[in-house]
Amino acid sequence: MDYTPLLLSLQLAAVTTFFLLIFAAPLAYILVFHPMRGVSFVESFVGLPLVLPPTVFGFFLLILMGPEGVIGRLHQTALGTPLIFTFGGIVIAAMLHGIPYAVQPLKTTFSKLDRRLLESAAVLGCSRTSSFFRVVLPNSLPGIASAAILCFAHTMGEFGVILMIGGSIPGETRVASIAVYEYVEAMRYKEAWQLSIAMLVVSYLILLAVNLLERKNHAA
Amino acid sequence: MLLKANIRKSLEHFTLDIQLSCPAGKLLCLTGPSGSGKTTLIRILAGLESPDSGSIHLGPKLLYDSEHKCNLPPRKRKLGYVFQEASLFPHLRIYDNVAFACEIPSKVDALLSLLGIAHLSDKTPAHISGGERQRAAFAQALASNPDFLLLDEPFSALDIKTRQSLQQQFLEIKEELQIPIILVTHDLREAALLADQIVAIEDGKRNDKWLDHFQTSSAITTLAKTLPF
Repeated sequence: MDYTPLLLSLQLAAVTTFFLLIFAAPLAYILVFHPMRGVSFVESFVGLPLVLPPTVFGFFLLILMGPEGVIGRLHQTALGTPLIFTFGGIVIAAMLHGIPYAVQPLKTTFSKLDRRLLESAAVLGCSRTSSFFRVVLPNSLPGIASAAILCFAHTMGEFGVILMIGGSIPGETRVASIAVYEYVEAMRYKEAWQLSIAMLVVSYLILLAVNLLERKNHAA
Repeated sequence: MLLKANIRKSLEHFTLDIQLSCPAGKLLCLTGPSGSGKTTLIRILAGLESPDSGSIHLGPKLLYDSEHKCNLPPRKRKLGYVFQEASLFPHLRIYDNVAFACEIPSKVDALLSLLGIAHLSDKTPAHISGGERQRAAFAQALASNPDFLLLDEPFSALDIKTRQSLQQQFLEIKEELQIPIILVTHDLREAALLADQIVAIEDGKRNDKWLDHFQTSSAITTLAKTLPF
């Protein structure tokens, strides 16, 4: 049994979750505590991956990240290599597709914070950035952990977007969900079973962790 | 330094329109019925809310001026603020809460001792009483060496014994603080005990006649009648 696709999925989920949280946490903080004009437009844009079919979302990304697209050309100019059909490419695609799965739970967590803590930090001389690091993040750790687990789980299950941007290059972009699809297509049910059971166990453990964390949050 | 404010802000049911001044070393008490605009007023002084027009000066320093479009954010106003219920940072120990805006360990230690909470340094806010939290909040507000101090009913949530003890302690500290202090309270006995000046607010306007309805203490009446403005 080849577990490379499963390991690649885990690697993709870990890297995507890490970078997604770095991007999503400040965005959620701004949306909750310092909303600017046009915030509804930003929120609607952020929520697009929830309503667009993954293939459609993937198609737009393919245009943007392809050799003629803005992101693809920037990458080609900076690093001299194409972005699509690479691990880096599917990380970016998974990040963009996973934004709402990180931003929504973070927004919920941040909006539950006592605003007087931020006011207190402000009168004690904290800037908005400093308040984010010294007050908001330390008091939102369970929520951040929930968001991380959700992002991780969502990325583990990514299929359409990854297929559009990464194709199925063994060891590079052929993640578990794509490998299962290909095994079934080739009627290699034994491998499909093994990989699917492995995915099922990992996914169940992730959901169990989310539920235990939420119970802990409610108890707190 | 003299804290001088001339503030106008439209609220839901009335317009807040107040002029006040408080010299360094004096405590000005804002009192009046609930919903009269007292807390809004000190939140404006802190920079947590913006008025529609007016000006706020602290000595030569301009904190807010609608004409010059100046509105310093709270972090640049250099103030201390004690909320009605202590808003300490729950993830920090009491020591770290007090040291939040002060990096001089000896000063933090001195304030913790002064307020009688040195033994609680290692505890978090969730593990101490309401009175102890309020003492820590005072220490936190004073640790940043504020240029003026704003107190929003800091004693009201405490039981009578703790309240009296903390009020007495605050009176002693107040003598050493040569900065303007503004206290919001409903308790006229507290006002009479702590204040150098009392300003009554009703529906957003100054209304010292409001004090006449509560002549339960001759000290209040005397103070009200000797207001310098």
